[in-house]
Amino acid sequence: MRQAIELNVNGEPHDALVDSRETLLDTLRYKLGHMGPKEGCGNGNCGACTVVLNGAVVNACLVFAVEAAGADVTTVEGVAAEGNLHPVQQAFIEHGALQCGFCTPGFIMSAKALLERNPNPSEPEIRLAISGNLCRCTGYDKIVRAIQAASQALSQTA
Amino acid sequence: MSKKKEDLSVDAFEYAAPQNLQDAVALLAEASGEARPLAGGTDLIAQMKENRRSPSLVVDVKKIPELNVLSYEAGLRIGAAVSCTQIAEFEPVRVHYPALAEACALIGSYQIQNRAALGGNFCNAAPSADAVPPAIAYGAALVIAGPNGQREIPAEDFFVGPGQTVLEKGEVLVEIVLPSPPPHSGAAYLRFIPREEMDIAVAGVGSFVQLSPDARTCGQARIVLAAVAPTPVRAKEAEAFLTGRALDETTLAQAGELASQAASPISDVRGSAAYRIELVKVLTRRTLGMALERARG
Ligand SMILES: Cc1cc2nc3c(=O)[nH]c(=O)nc-3n(C[C@H](O)[C@H](O)[C@H](O)COP(=O)(O)OP(=O)(O)OC[C@H]3O[C@@H](n4cnc5c(N)ncnc54)[C@H](O)[C@@H]3O)c2cc1C
Ligand code: FES
Ligand code: FES
Repeated sequence: MRQAIELNVNGEPHDALVDSRETLLDTLRYKLGHMGPKEGCGNGNCGACTVVLNGAVVNACLVFAVEAAGADVTTVEGVAAEGNLHPVQQAFIEHGALQCGFCTPGFIMSAKALLERNPNPSEPEIRLAISGNLCRCTGYDKIVRAIQAASQALSQTA
Repeated sequence: MSKKKEDLSVDAFEYAAPQNLQDAVALLAEASGEARPLAGGTDLIAQMKENRRSPSLVVDVKKIPELNVLSYEAGLRIGAAVSCTQIAEFEPVRVHYPALAEACALIGSYQIQNRAALGGNFCNAAPSADAVPPAIAYGAALVIAGPNGQREIPAEDFFVGPGQTVLEKGEVLVEIVLPSPPPHSGAAYLRFIPREEMDIAVAGVGSFVQLSPDARTCGQARIVLAAVAPTPVRAKEAEAFLTGRALDETTLAQAGELASQAASPISDVRGSAAYRIELVKVLTRRTLGMALERARG
């Protein structure tokens, strides 16, 4: 079954004709060209596909595109404002919080969502917030430090 | 339109997102092949990708108003499509049903909790479902709608076996109803997993305790075990043993021993049957202790 849906991605409206079997992740990547969200596991465990759907972080691999008809979606491509990297992105670069980078778009989305709900998280709160994101390269420590630095940077600009 | 990936391993299905309950029930009841409701999809979509479930009709229930109710008046009403995040953040749940809030916050990650519904946790009927034992411990009832109208059943009577419930063709879980917690009562849920998060319970226990009016003894207890039987089970002998007794350390430990007799666990990669029995003893003792503290306020 195919269905026409509208999707608002990073503030831009899009129309897409999607198969009911297609995940939101597939639509974003292969129909709309947003290659930021990645498919690692396809079953909700790795978080590489993390996007914000109507204000909440979700695994785009576990959402059918038809379910997202009319929804607002933010991918990592929509995180930098007017060409300026978001403080979380800047901190990931400065703290070397990535190696291969496959997991990074998902971590950025989870970290940004955390700092929006809790601007000054403790280390355990940070580790809990990224528990749905796997990284095979960094060992997580630099990711945690980067999120702490982003939290500080944001509180200085606030 | 970049490199199209045509790896649709999921079998073809029709998708419908009805705006009201009658339409959902009619669609499910009249479907010729397998039809399944879809809430958060964190179980169903994963199972469809593995071809463990291949419905020919998927009925998204998230747009149905009755399934999105979340209110606390004469008790708590949770629509079957309400997400774990919404439940865990709802102030009356945090205050009056902390064990349920804690269990909802244990399920998967934030990404999962933002999608996963309590109704989905029930209807998927995994013996390890984390939000089920605290709901039953609080005395939950389930409202079910079907082609012949609505019915209400005690939550503990909902399960038939792993992945199997009493739901008949065309029936939808509408809401989970919890009575107001009585005075001097408390509950707790603990599960054991070998890591800190993102894993399936090796064993879990939800306990509820209501003290007698003079607060010296146990007036009533409910103990619900997860992941140690084909369905969530109540440890009724342990509950009966506690009733009327002063709740000291020894009594709680004895209740743990009795609770373990209600478990009929299997051995699998997560743990042996014997290990699960030991876990039930410890988790029962600990959750009873926590429930007691909460009951004493
Ligand atoms: C990475 C990951 C981690 C997880 N961790 C945990 C965990 O720690 N603890 C835990 O308990 N679970 C866990 N789960 C399992 C899952 O997230 C939960 O069981 C969740 O509550 C399911 O809810 P859902 O809304 O996503 O259900 P869905 O997948 O939408 O539905 C589940 C089943 O219920 C049926 N159904 C849904 N709603 C209704 C209804 N209203 N009426 C009738 N039938 C209905 C569906 O047809 C389907 O068979 C995890 C899953 C993943 C992918
Ligand atoms: S690809 Fe979605 S969680 Fe791994
Ligand atoms: S940087 Fe390679 S997986 Fe995280």
